[in-house]
Amino acid sequence: MSLFNPMERKYLTTDLLIIGGGTAGCYAAITAARQARDLRILIAEKANIKRSGCLAAGVNALNAYITEGQTVRDYLEFVRWDAEKIIRDDLVLSMAEGFNETAADLERMGLVILKDERGKYVTRGRQNIKINGENIKPLLAAEVGRYGNIEVLNHVNITDYLTAEGRVFGAVGFGVEEEIEYGISARAVLIATGGAAGLYRPNNPGFSRHKMWYPPFNTGAGYAMGIRAGAEMTSFEMRFVAQRCKDTIAPTGTIALGVGAREVNARGEIYEKQYGLSTSGRAYGTTNETYEGRGPCYLRTKGITSEQDEELLRAYLNMAPAQTLKWIESGRLPSEQNVEIEGTEPYIVGGHTGSGYWVDTRRRTTLANLYAAGDVSGGAPKKFVTGALAEGAIAAETILSDIKNIPPAEEAVVRARAEKVFLDYERRLSDAPQEPYDVFAIEEAMQKVMDEYAGGIKTAYRYNAGQLALADSSIDRLIVLAEGLTGPDMDTLVHIYELRERLTVCKVLIAHLCARKETRWPGFAVHTDHPQLSGDYECYVNSKWLDGHLEVFTRPLVREGAYEHTY
Amino acid sequence: MSIHIDRDKCIRCGACREICPGNLIGRTTDGTAYLRHPEECWGCASCLKECRHEAIFYFLGADIGGQGSRMQTNREGDLTHWIISSPGREPFTITVDRRESNKY
Repeated sequence: MSLFNPMERKYLTTDLLIIGGGTAGCYAAITAARQARDLRILIAEKANIKRSGCLAAGVNALNAYITEGQTVRDYLEFVRWDAEKIIRDDLVLSMAEGFNETAADLERMGLVILKDERGKYVTRGRQNIKINGENIKPLLAAEVGRYGNIEVLNHVNITDYLTAEGRVFGAVGFGVEEEIEYGISARAVLIATGGAAGLYRPNNPGFSRHKMWYPPFNTGAGYAMGIRAGAEMTSFEMRFVAQRCKDTIAPTGTIALGVGAREVNARGEIYEKQYGLSTSGRAYGTTNETYEGRGPCYLRTKGITSEQDEELLRAYLNMAPAQTLKWIESGRLPSEQNVEIEGTEPYIVGGHTGSGYWVDTRRRTTLANLYAAGDVSGGAPKKFVTGALAEGAIAAETILSDIKNIPPAEEAVVRARAEKVFLDYERRLSDAPQEPYDVFAIEEAMQKVMDEYAGGIKTAYRYNAGQLALADSSIDRLIVLAEGLTGPDMDTLVHIYELRERLTVCKVLIAHLCARKETRWPGFAVHTDHPQLSGDYECYVNSKWLDGHLEVFTRPLVREGAYEHTY
Repeated sequence: MSIHIDRDKCIRCGACREICPGNLIGRTTDGTAYLRHPEECWGCASCLKECRHEAIFYFLGADIGGQGSRMQTNREGDLTHWIISSPGREPFTITVDRRESNKY
């Protein structure tokens, strides 16, 4: 690209811009469109909403459902116990109130949910119902397509908000293949992007480096945009480590719950009860058994029936086909060999733990006219699919009530702000050779730093203050190097901005790990200077980018009732 | 962990390119689909399900235990046939009915 042939510029105007067409984003659009037929809604999506985000491969259960005899309060208590108290009661309760309604809506859209002979959903454990979720994204995308007032902009990578004085009035992005840059003006913006994968060196760092739990294409864009714009963030130190089938990084819950397989170490000892049955406890058990020399660890499937073998093969095809292929290819089905398990590299993901935007009860962020839902929104762990849908619906309803009081931004202001970002895109789109480092070299360096100094797989998720200080200065060095990156095509440009997003998230994550001087979730993070849980940290660690530096502070736990921002 | 696109079977319809969640599939000058960065594939199998011409197969990387088998899909209404061909063995087929829920 030369100066004589700059990218094509397109300016779009809408009422509600939704960034990220995953579960939360699509459902927010559907909810808003059903209630306000004349509201213009635009979904901007990096891939294609038909198969994007963490549900691209499918999902085999709805893990958040209020089953018969249970209440939303039971769910709240379950989440509180699982997250060692660091949750927002108001957010978890309001989300849980929407679980069953959104599940019923999915069924109306065509999702197959297993029912018994009385027509009742068949449950798996206390909070789960069984489905065929292979086509859950195509179903949501088809529903989006039914509303004439929703426009979908697929294959556009949004990188920055349009902001002034703590107010958001749109966003800027570019085509992932077409040389087009977009300035989008909107009265309200919903951020519904995914969490952040690829911060740490993954389980399979070579050819299969993207065979990971969370989609490698979810790079923390929504977090990074918010951080740079000065939004308050919460609980980044509450990382998520998933316990998965070795190598294929396929889910383990389907085996554990489906056929009742227990976790055993290399000596055949069942260890899960020693460490507690919370998500963190389970992850810690497997990590610690291996760390102390009793690995590898397994889910004990040997001896299950041939019918159970067949059901497992089919179940995995609907969400993680690599595991089915692995069983067939090895010539030994799960009844003949135990399934080896391991912990993944850490992720930042608000749908499973508490990391994300600090929002009020109605999902308003601390930036005016910016709302958050799904994995990018903090304080409400264990959202899973129905929680992300419910949050999308809550955010949409808040936006519908707020938007009449939000005037559109002036076009000249939109263009002036967008132009600053466009100039950065144009600077970076260049045929100049990338020497001595290209984007992949810096990504690898970032993952090495995080792995070794910020509690990755290499240290069994352990770190101390000295290591974190090294991680922080190394990430600063890489941020400077990444600033100079350019690329010859739009695909490389996407990678460059994804790296920038990840580095921003790493910077905040390290600061949060430093600030929580205790060990609360040992399966996710062990602070070796402070290996115990401390009553002093029964609070949130929050942060905000302010006047060129990151301010980290604590907030007291929010219980029930409505929480409103005080600034 | 990745996919392979058979150049001879690709009819250049662009369906796989359109839905890859990582935008990993490019187009050669004649329109044939190819995987730009094989090591960046997540393994979600969206492209296999979208391709109606059996032009894409799925395999496990050698670093995660792969033994050279190929997995393909063949759609027939609500049925998806997953066909796994391993070196020196008869192909193995598992059929999944979209109308049936997982039992686990």
